[in-house]
Formats: sequence, structure tokens, C-alpha cells
Amino acid sequence: MLLSILKRTLQALVVLIGVALLIFIMLRIVPGNAIITMMGEHANPEAIERMTAELGLDKPFYVQFYTYITGALRGDFGTSYSLHVSVSSLIAQAFPNTVCLALSAAVVAWLIGIVCGIIAAIKENSLLDRLFMGFSLFGVSMPVFMVAMVLQYFFAYKLGWFDISGVSDWRGFVLPAIALGWNSAGSIARLTRSTLVEVLQEDYIDTARSKGRRRMGVILFHALRNSMLPVITMMAVQLSSLLSGAVICETIFSINGIGRLAVDAISGRDIPLLQGTILLSTALVILGNLVADCLYSVLDPRVRKGD
Amino acid sequence: MRDDQEEILTMQMDSPEDVLAEADTLKDQLKRMARQNKLAVISAVVILLFVLGAIFAPVLTPYEFDQLDVINRLAPPSAEHLLGTDELGRDVLTRLLYGSRISLLVGVVPTVISMLAGAVLGICAGYIGGKTDTVIMRLADIMLAFPSMLLAMVIMYTLGDGLINIFLALALVSWASVARIVRSETLKLRESIFVEAAKSMGVSRLKIMCRHIFPNCLPSLIVLFTLNIPSAILSESSLSFLGIGIKYPQASWGLMVNLGRQFLYTKPWLSLAPSIAIMLVVLAFNFLGDGLRDVLDPHLKDQ
Repeated sequence: MLLSILKRTLQALVVLIGVALLIFIMLRIVPGNAIITMMGEHANPEAIERMTAELGLDKPFYVQFYTYITGALRGDFGTSYSLHVSVSSLIAQAFPNTVCLALSAAVVAWLIGIVCGIIAAIKENSLLDRLFMGFSLFGVSMPVFMVAMVLQYFFAYKLGWFDISGVSDWRGFVLPAIALGWNSAGSIARLTRSTLVEVLQEDYIDTARSKGRRRMGVILFHALRNSMLPVITMMAVQLSSLLSGAVICETIFSINGIGRLAVDAISGRDIPLLQGTILLSTALVILGNLVADCLYSVLDPRVRKGD
Repeated sequence: MRDDQEEILTMQMDSPEDVLAEADTLKDQLKRMARQNKLAVISAVVILLFVLGAIFAPVLTPYEFDQLDVINRLAPPSAEHLLGTDELGRDVLTRLLYGSRISLLVGVVPTVISMLAGAVLGICAGYIGGKTDTVIMRLADIMLAFPSMLLAMVIMYTLGDGLINIFLALALVSWASVARIVRSETLKLRESIFVEAAKSMGVSRLKIMCRHIFPNCLPSLIVLFTLNIPSAILSESSLSFLGIGIKYPQASWGLMVNLGRQFLYTKPWLSLAPSIAIMLVVLAFNFLGDGLRDVLDPHLKDQ
């Protein structure tokens, strides 16, 4: 098992390097010289040359990439073109907010998703099941900004229960977390239902029932445990879409997070900042996938014993 | 479409095993879905209505999508302007109708591109195997590692704004998952008896991939197609909402939501109307995709 975890870690590292290279290439082929954008059209040619040398942009591509990667490994992502501070300090400020937002959204999504999924699976093909599954498709189909703005309108503006934007304390995260978790709740509910329905048809469920365990006990201790494996894999996939949705949520609720930094970086044509935010978000997704893979092999005895 | 169906039919003749199991053609399967799944039918009708609305937009509304009427700006819904007017006095319903052109195009065009690219790469990876497989799948791994929104943002940054670039960005974001699914289908098909038979008859590799593997991937591709359209529509609206996609004065639903956001508390319908339009279209495609999967996807059909 250790060997397979090691192998996966290596694979993840290869993917991460590929990701870094891809971002690096994409941001270097942008039309228009970044330096001119940065210093203005009428900058002194000598100053432009000096700046280019200072930023190392006159060196060959692979040298630039090597310098960037070795810097990034030490936590140095360069200096922001538009804000003139180090990218790592900007990210360090924004990162906890995005993590808080994504985690609380995940909690919302899991609570709603798993509970609805279990109920739908137990009452398979009942009216309740259809209602929940219909609603979950609604959840999946609503754009994040729509949920966010509807919540903002009713709960922050009309009822005044929450701040309209910004986060001063934990309450600031409530609405963004619901808005962000809404989509994922739908897909988690659907997945929980389908795997649980499948597991409930297994022989060992009948065995457990015939031994006289109560239905609820069988569902919670035997069936749910075994149907959670695909849901764990789903968690990693969801992390990626949560980070995508966070961009929108952070913009609407004015949360200083990674996603908003990325949007600001695009409007400010700030390559180092954009590069840093995207690289970090993607690294987070890769790490999440790796953890899910390892969890999977720890939790599933068939995988654990190298079956 | 007819050709495809005939190809599927001939394919089934190639494999005696499957003749009994999958005797019903695509058409029969669709008919079955129509009988069993009313929601899917309603969804198809809703989609058709949106398509008609998009095509006949100039006939359906007396206004132009960029026709300004500053005196009547921010008017509430009325008989003249069913959904009111926006901050420059443009008719919201008109902009919705014209916006559906962009949303539907953005749903279909990048999805077609990514389907084709994903199918070709997936079949090559699965059938040829070896180094080809490794290279294609590692590339897919890299693309799939990105949060899709952020990848689309970087691509839009590189390419610049505009409709064509959105097509490209969304296609680039979504080909990898298609390739992965098609590859695993191909791996299964490669071992099947009719491919074995074709191989023993000396049919070339290219021909096996085109004539035998591809048609058998079609049902999955159709399901993926219907389910990837809504995510493309959502991605475009999110990009336009952030101001990275379609630019003024074009009417895109995401852009309309974005422009309406500054009046959220006083004129909520400005953002709400396009949001609901997005939701309806996406919902319809999701329901239809679900219905199609139930009848077309062999894995679910077995149960």
C-alpha cells in the first residue's frame, strides 16, 4: 500500500510540474509586452530595458521557468505588477478566507447532500425520492451567482440578518457558504442515493437484516459505510468546482480570497499574481485528489490488500 | 443522423451477441424514453422554445437589442416592456431573446469541438495504447487538475475577449473528461468479439477505430453531449458575469446579470430575469441528459 501511495505522490508531482509549465507558457504568449503594460506606453526605453533585465524577462524561456519553479518551491512567487508587493504576501492574506469559504461550503453541501441522498435511497421511487432528486437537479442547474444574489437580497438586504458584503466574523461566511455549497449538495445527494441504492441490494445487507439488526442500523452502519467510497472520490472532484465557484462568491460578497485575487490580476494584467493564484489553487486540487486516493486505499480493504 | 443509425445497426449485425441484447435502435430507445420520461419530453420542448426564440428574436420583439431609450431607463415591467428596461433604457426581454443566441451557441459549439477532440484522442489513447496513451492521458490529467473556471480565465486572458475565444476556452477546458470516458469505453470495446473478428479479417487499425469503436461510443457521447452543454452555458455566464467573456454591447445572459447587479436592491428583475433564463435552459438540458442516460447508457440499463 505504501508503494502505491508513493507512486501516486510521484504522479501528482509530475502533474503539478505539468500544470506549472502550462500556466507559464500560456501567460508568456500573451500578445503585448507585459513590461509596457506595467510602465505605460511612454516609458523611457532605457527604463524598460532595465526593468526587463531586473525581472529576468530577457533570459531564455527555460531559465525563466527554472527560476520561477525554484522560487515557488521556496514560497517566492515574484512581485505583483499592479500592487508592487510580493505575491506570496497577497496570497497569504487571501488564502485563509478561501479555505474557510470552501470548507464551510463543503460542510453545507455534505450535510444537505448526504441527508437528502439517504432519505431518497431509503424511500426509493417514492414521491419524496422524486421530489428530492428533482430539487437536486434544480440545485445543480442554478448558477452560483444566482443563488448568491438571491440569498444576498433576501437574508442580507430584506431581513438584515447578515452583512451584505465583506467578512468581519464567522457570520459573514454563512451566506457565501450556502451559495457555494448549493450546487455541490445537488450532485452529492444524487451520488449518495445511487450508490446507496446499489449497496442496499448486496447480499451482506440481507445477511445483516436476517441477523435481526434493525433497518435503520443496517442502513447507517453497513450500507452507508460501504457507499461512502465513491462519495469520497467525489469530494476531491467537488474541491475543484468549489474553488471555481469561490471566484464568483468572493466577487459577490466582497471576500478577499484567492478567486478574487485572480479576477483582479486579470483586470490589472498582473501576470505574477495570476500565475501564483492559479498555481496555488490547482496545487490544492491535486493535493485533494491525492488525499482522496490515499483515503480510498486505506478505507477499502480490497484496495488496501492489493487486490 | 440517419447514417449514424444505420452504422449502429450494421455494427450490431457484426456482433451476434449483441443482436439480441440491443435489438432496439436509437430511435426505439428515444421513443421509449419519450413514453416513460415525461420530464425529458417537457425539457426537449423547453429547449426547442428557446431555440425558436433565439432564431426569431427580430420578429418577436419590436425593439433592437442595443436600442437606447434613456428617458425610459430602469422602467419596471409594463405592457410595453414586459420585463422592464435596463440602465440605458434597453428592453430587457429583447436582450434576453438575443442573449439566448449567445448562450445556446456557447452551449453547443464548444461542446461539439470538445466532443470531437475528446472522442478522437480518447479512441486513439485507448486503442493504440503505449506511448500515445501515456502522452494523451497525462495531458488530460494536467487539464483536469485545474479548477475549470480558473483555467478558462487564464485561457481567456491569453486569447483575449470575444465569442470565438470563449468557444476555444470552453472546448479546451472540457475535452479531457470526454477523452477519459471514451478511452475507458474503447478499452472495453477493444476486447470485444467483433473487433477481434475485424482484426482477424485484416481490417486496418484506422478503419476499426472509425467503423467499429466510434459508433459504439456514440450512445455515451450523446449523453455526454447533452450533459456538457449546460456546464458550458454556466461557464460562459460565469465568465461574462466576471467581465471576462462577452463584452458590451453584445447581449449575454451573464453580462446582463453583471450589469443588473448594481441595481440588485432596487430593480432586482434586471439580474433575476437572465438568471432564471440560464437556470431554465440548464435545467432542461440536465433533465433531458438524465433521461437520455437512462435509456442509452448500457451501465445503467443493466440494473
